[in-house]
Amino acid sequence: MAAIQENVASGTARKQKRQWYQLTGEERLAWVLVLPWIIGFLAFQLGPMLASLALSLTEWRMFTPAEFIGLANYAEMISGDPLVLQAFKVTTIYSLTSVPLRIALGVLVALLLNASIRGLAFIRTVYYLPATVSGVAVAMVWLLILNGDFGMLNRALGLIGIEGPYWLTDTRTVLASFVLMSLWSVGAGIIIYLAGLQGVPNELYEAADVDGAGDWVKFWRITLPMISPVLFFQFVIGMIDALQEFAGPFIMTQGGPGNASLFVMLYLFRQGFEFFQMGYASALAWVLFVYIMVLTLLIIRSSAVWVYYEGEVKGS
Amino acid sequence: MAVRSISESQSKSKAVKLTFVYLALIVGMVIVILPFLWMVSTSLKTPAAVFKIPTVWIPNPIVWENYPNSMTVLPFVRYIMNTAQITLLAVIGATFSGSLAAFAFARLRWRGRNFMFVLVLATLMLPFQVIMIPQFILFRSLQWLDTYLPLVVPAFFGGSAFNIFLLRQYFMTISRELDDAAIIDGCTRFGVYWRIILPLSKAALMTVVIFIVQNRWQSFLVPLIYLFDQKKYTLALGLRLFQDQYTTDWELMMAAATVSMLPVLLVFYFGQRYFIQGVVFTGVKG
Repeated sequence: MAAIQENVASGTARKQKRQWYQLTGEERLAWVLVLPWIIGFLAFQLGPMLASLALSLTEWRMFTPAEFIGLANYAEMISGDPLVLQAFKVTTIYSLTSVPLRIALGVLVALLLNASIRGLAFIRTVYYLPATVSGVAVAMVWLLILNGDFGMLNRALGLIGIEGPYWLTDTRTVLASFVLMSLWSVGAGIIIYLAGLQGVPNELYEAADVDGAGDWVKFWRITLPMISPVLFFQFVIGMIDALQEFAGPFIMTQGGPGNASLFVMLYLFRQGFEFFQMGYASALAWVLFVYIMVLTLLIIRSSAVWVYYEGEVKGS
Repeated sequence: MAVRSISESQSKSKAVKLTFVYLALIVGMVIVILPFLWMVSTSLKTPAAVFKIPTVWIPNPIVWENYPNSMTVLPFVRYIMNTAQITLLAVIGATFSGSLAAFAFARLRWRGRNFMFVLVLATLMLPFQVIMIPQFILFRSLQWLDTYLPLVVPAFFGGSAFNIFLLRQYFMTISRELDDAAIIDGCTRFGVYWRIILPLSKAALMTVVIFIVQNRWQSFLVPLIYLFDQKKYTLALGLRLFQDQYTTDWELMMAAATVSMLPVLLVFYFGQRYFIQGVVFTGVKG
């Protein structure tokens, strides 16, 4: 009996003793299949990332040898270059306005679409259209829409007797213009929120009906908590995206007027690819990266308060 | 009688509500569509009509020549071909290498799988700007500047983690019994990928292809960094050049913008089923 047990035990021991480098055929195949990604990750992502950290400690203008200067680039950003603060201010104001507004508008439209209407597929497609186009062509169209003299927006405002501003050349309205533009392409969010809404169990609403709850109460007490994980995820992704805004301001304002739309990415591009300050631009990239991470962490930490996960026991 | 009147008033208020919903949706749709209409309308106007107040929506005369003109002031046909070439290569590279990795994550048992998958997901959070400059330096030292290699080669090494994630999620939904049956019948593991998983995943592959096309066709920052020779420009760079040189020719600019948007809109229109599935499936895009 003991002998058998010993045998069994040594059998499993032998099985477990397989060394880390002894791969089964299946494992070998798996590593081969993932290998291209691993190479890409090391060569195009992790390697460059570490390199940029090293670069950020140097002064390097591409055409002269790099010179190690320690943290001087970071010190310069804090005390010697007011444009850095301006760029972060602009980018933060834009992101914190645009992302919540996009979510609010997206949820609103999704709620309307969820009211068991006819022609859902068609309407959904229409709302999605702007989200499919991006970049230079869209920026050009919005240049025309936002033109102060003959743009579509000011023509529309003119119809109701309002004289619209010069949107993109006025320091007071230029950021609002970019927020407005970002609201146009809210379609991807709508589809995700709609899927979230359709996943809310009907029993909850029926129970609320029995209790005599109105639409307003149902929205705040049932719908919103139930889709809050979706909103949370979209908020995180949206912030990461918005903090890296580039094509719009690059094409439409070049950061103007008076640096009022100097987004961080725009400033980074200028330092790196116009002034060839590769060291300084790398430091800037790292500060932006850390800033994005910190904001993301703050959002995640705050989520305990406002995101509801089913099956989670509160207060334990 | 009383009961009936209550239900009647209820259905009445429901009808009022529904009317309001339709009204709001239609107003929203008009707002969404107007910029497109404005673009197309402007692209068919004479220069004078562009500035005209009150607004002219249907131009008279309709200037169709704006389209051929906008395409010939700069070599736009060449830009379209260049962009198509880059997009095609990126699609092939990213779907192939991405689906291989996704297969390993979804279907094979190997030590280190979970760790590697978390790593893949972590790169989703990695912003392009931190790697932009060292990548530039790397590709410069490889003498890849002013070629399409920096735009295409990374796609062959896994491409975006998003594609791997989407395909992996989809592969997971396919029944494992199919794999086992095939292997008993003498199929190799790679054969399972090639003969079973891929053919059953056409919808997910379509989604990935559409995302890549959309992304590559309109990509601006990366070509801007790497391409200098105007003959090699992509559509986005060509449009930008156009805007620099012909800033006041709004009708030509809008014609060029319309032409450049058309392929993306068509791809979306014909593939919207897959597209919307993909967006819902991952909850990521956007």
